[in-house]
Amino acid sequence: MQVAGVVTRLAWRNLWRNHRRTLIMLGAVTVGVWAMMFMTSLLRGMVTEMVRDGIEGLPGHVQIHHRDYRDDPSVVNSLPPASGRLRAALDDPDVVAWTERVRVPAVISSERESRGVTLVGIDPTAEARISFLGDEVAVGRLLESVDDDGVLIGRKLAETLETELAKRIVLMSQDPDNEIVDRGFRIVGVFDAAIESYEEQFVFTGRAVAQSLLRIDDRVQEIAVLGSDFRDIEPLLTHIRGAADQRLRVDAWYELDVYLGTMLGVMDGFVLVWIVVVFLALSFGLVNTLVMAVFERVREIGLMLALGMKPAVILAQILVESVMLLVLGLFCGNVLALVTVYWLRDGIDISMVAEGMELFGAASMLYPLLTTDDMIMANAVVIILGILASLSPAWRASRYEPIEAISKV
Amino acid sequence: MTAVRCIELCRTFIQGDQKITGLDHVTLEVEKGEFVCLVAPSGGGKTTLLNAIGGLDRPDSGEVWVAGKRIDQLSKGALAEMRLNNIGFVFQAYNLIPVLTARENVEFVMQVQGRPAKERRELAENVLAEVGLTGLEDRLPAKMSGGQQQRVAVARAIVTRPAMVLADEPTANLDSHTAEQLMELFVELNRTHKTTFIIATHDQRVMSYARRIVSLLDGRIVKDQQQAT
Repeated sequence: MQVAGVVTRLAWRNLWRNHRRTLIMLGAVTVGVWAMMFMTSLLRGMVTEMVRDGIEGLPGHVQIHHRDYRDDPSVVNSLPPASGRLRAALDDPDVVAWTERVRVPAVISSERESRGVTLVGIDPTAEARISFLGDEVAVGRLLESVDDDGVLIGRKLAETLETELAKRIVLMSQDPDNEIVDRGFRIVGVFDAAIESYEEQFVFTGRAVAQSLLRIDDRVQEIAVLGSDFRDIEPLLTHIRGAADQRLRVDAWYELDVYLGTMLGVMDGFVLVWIVVVFLALSFGLVNTLVMAVFERVREIGLMLALGMKPAVILAQILVESVMLLVLGLFCGNVLALVTVYWLRDGIDISMVAEGMELFGAASMLYPLLTTDDMIMANAVVIILGILASLSPAWRASRYEPIEAISKV
Repeated sequence: MTAVRCIELCRTFIQGDQKITGLDHVTLEVEKGEFVCLVAPSGGGKTTLLNAIGGLDRPDSGEVWVAGKRIDQLSKGALAEMRLNNIGFVFQAYNLIPVLTARENVEFVMQVQGRPAKERRELAENVLAEVGLTGLEDRLPAKMSGGQQQRVAVARAIVTRPAMVLADEPTANLDSHTAEQLMELFVELNRTHKTTFIIATHDQRVMSYARRIVSLLDGRIVKDQQQAT
């Protein structure tokens, strides 16, 4: 304990012996830590937004389908409304929201153009809690009930079809007997989506209207379920899988959108690599500072050894000095990063490059996100690698022969 | 009781192409409570012998025993422990730790020994008073004169009342008055605490305080005589 006291005191005072050098190194550590935190927050924010937008795009956190639906997403692979154990699981407090949808391939035609789309029959009230369809539409109105026979189409699709609000379109699909079914609808709303491709892909109408068109009674193709956190859905997934019977298939969002799921995993690895790379650049400065500090104090180190301080304590003293510098740098860097992220909390407009980002499923606003886990990881990496980088000069100092060190001029 | 026993110590140094003899089959015994001066011209081997006795340097051959324990084969850590608990050092240059105050420098060895803060503070203040530095306890070495710094170094060497004090040219940088005060302090400690003093010097004033003078030349003991003080 007493030795720890003298080690700490010596390390602290030696740190401030050469103010200018320490302040320069402190500045470098601060900027380095800030850079790794801020860049991490941008990456994390981008991926989180991508996943959120992806999930809000319809998947929810978990989806239930007929076991063959994902291989053949046709009207025949439908399921009855949730009942029994499955219904009880969906009504569990862990489930934030859930909804049943009709979802089939269809062709939409205006008076000028035709396009292949996905027709989704929704319950607007339940849907609003899960997907982006709860947001305002760009023009017109939202769907109002399962019996609403208007359609919502995306702005991009409207442009492609050269149609607009209040005009009529025709939707065509197949019923379970492979008979063509079609019907005219009036466009009641045009929506904007964070992901532009959604505007071209999805057409929404009331669920009962879609069921009637497809002649499937009260059957649906999809149940979407929302939990509380997209990063921690395993308990929810297990719970629902346990309640679903053999004919059903239950998938997590990262299985439904493999690209997004992989992206999240890759990003975790990328964040770590980024932190390590920044630190490696920093470590050259850190090691140089310590080597200089040790070189300037050879005589003192020899004296301390001569007076009876053990080599291991000398080594500890140099390491403590390094850790003090790193902790100060981490503190300043963390504060700076938190302030920066707070300052940019309303998002960074990247619409200038949003066309390119769209390819990756990213939206045009970037919200930096600094998570506790990322902060802990960055701080831990800096401290652990910092100690490792300091070992060499510290070891060198502890191996001096006292009498040779004392004689150094 | 024997404080130090050196048997057939040899030590050579390589300087460029030259081989320099530091110690050449030196055998020496110092009893507990003796006040010994090692006297030699520059390069005669007195500092080399002092360093070997203090465990700061290892002889090429021979044995060094301190307080009944052979030390020339101890590990670095064990040697540090031995120095910490048995020997007080006073070096020619003041060799204080520049970032510590006078009191903290004096407390340094005690702190490494693990003594409690209150005891350390009390002992440090007492010994600083003994060497005439009352009022300067909180000064950094850079703000003290050479004589004051050497007295702090002496205070640090004697504060733990070690069995032996090794001093290498302790008066080399002191004026005659301060040197005299320092030597009187050494004599007093030697008399009252039976502390063994081995001092390497070529200062006649210092020699006059010693009861035994060991003369070296080219790494060999050429004369070993008792003298009345």
